[in-house]
Amino acid sequence: MEILNQISASLQEGDTAAVAKLTGQAVKQKLAPKEILDRGLIAGMNVVGQKFKSHEIFLPDVLLAAKAMYAGMDVLKPLMTGESLPTMGTVVIGTVHGDLHDIGKNLVAIMLRGAGFEVIDLGKDVPPERFVDEAEKNSAQVIGMSALLTTTMPVMEKVVELAKDRGIYGKTKIIVGGAPLSADYAEEIGADAYCFDGISAVERVKDLTGAK
Amino acid sequence: MLPLLERLSKGEILVSDGAMGTMLFERGLKSGDCPEKINLEKPETLTEIAALYAGAGADIVSTNTFGGSPLKLAQYGLDGKTEEINVAAIRAARQAIDNRSYIAASVGPCGRLLEPYGDCRPEEVSGGFRRQLEAIFSEAVDAVFVETMTDINEAILTVKAAKDLSPSTPVSASMTFDETPRGFLTIMGVSVEQACKELGEAGADIVGSNCGNGIENMTKIAAEFALHTTLPIIIQSNAGLPAIVDGKPIYSETPEFMAANCDQLLDSGVRIIGGCCGTTPEHIASIRKVVSRRTLA
Repeated sequence: MEILNQISASLQEGDTAAVAKLTGQAVKQKLAPKEILDRGLIAGMNVVGQKFKSHEIFLPDVLLAAKAMYAGMDVLKPLMTGESLPTMGTVVIGTVHGDLHDIGKNLVAIMLRGAGFEVIDLGKDVPPERFVDEAEKNSAQVIGMSALLTTTMPVMEKVVELAKDRGIYGKTKIIVGGAPLSADYAEEIGADAYCFDGISAVERVKDLTGAK
Repeated sequence: MLPLLERLSKGEILVSDGAMGTMLFERGLKSGDCPEKINLEKPETLTEIAALYAGAGADIVSTNTFGGSPLKLAQYGLDGKTEEINVAAIRAARQAIDNRSYIAASVGPCGRLLEPYGDCRPEEVSGGFRRQLEAIFSEAVDAVFVETMTDINEAILTVKAAKDLSPSTPVSASMTFDETPRGFLTIMGVSVEQACKELGEAGADIVGSNCGNGIENMTKIAAEFALHTTLPIIIQSNAGLPAIVDGKPIYSETPEFMAANCDQLLDSGVRIIGGCCGTTPEHIASIRKVVSRRTLA
């Protein structure tokens, strides 16, 4: 459908107004919200993610594209109440306690939403209990934690321990990321995966949840 | 003491200090705490750190005001104390070094994203920096070091605010670059060439790079700066990327390793050389030796 390609293209350009308008037009053309989401918004965000990964575009471009994506989703949301939201799964995400950096975490949230996941963003400076509480409350498949400071990384291990205590470890997968982290560290603390960037976070989450 | 820019224009190489955060963590700063809170609670710690760096041979000692913009301090509910926090840091440093070294007021990112990427209007960012800088200029400082910037627009707003409030105070503007397949770029996509051009146009007297992932990349970044600017270049490298040992960050680059790479930095025209995260007075002492040896030679 031409209009879905236009939505995708406008999203990639970060043109919020155009994405909102085109999404509205697509609805009027009686396209299913799920199709507009998947083949318009998510398709566009997928291209943005790949281009970001290959350094063709930069963080500002991704942030603008995300704004455009949210504008389109705002148009679709009212149409999707009643029927269950089409989602690939639920991810609870946040920057760990003591850490006030959130650009990386926001980016992962954007990419996951862009890939069709329901993301519950707990923000920054999140205490260990909240990750686990929110994951239980929302039956999340994945907990995602970010740390940008070497001094706050150890909080991640506390969340893993807490997940074990509560008996959700293994069922709810745990992913970690952030500049000072490594795959070795993730393994050492018992996390299920280390994600280098937003795109690899989407890939790991898909692997871990079996979502296609 | 001659003004800082005058010494640079005479061809002198100046040594700046090393990490502040690393020193504060060693002295009891807890992760998640506001690093500038100590300015009010234990300024004598800052005097001690400044004395250590001056003693190690730093010509320039910077103040613990990196997060001193009210926008940043607001994250800890401390924006109401912007003036006290900035003034206390400068006085604490001044007490240690008297007039033997220059005092550079550190100004870091405000922690908010500018429109259209984020929700912060330019006037808000600029107004925050102006408030911080007014406090800074109410004390005697020899320079303002705008540091660790990744968004060129935020860096420009900061440099302009400083130049507007105190045209005669030298302003250094340095950004943090990552190595990408398309060359060295900040996380916001700013190239070294763009940084040189736009920071120079904004009125910066000194441009360069700080933080990053080690001194070897810095030698490449410095060479690129030398191609694109005639302004004095400042380089303050991290002591590599930290590894975590027993829950504590250990930076991999030793004073000897960093010193061994100094000559290459200085050969490419760097005029102010110091350290960033993970560097200590020992690192600065090693760098001092290299600079002094060249000056005598």
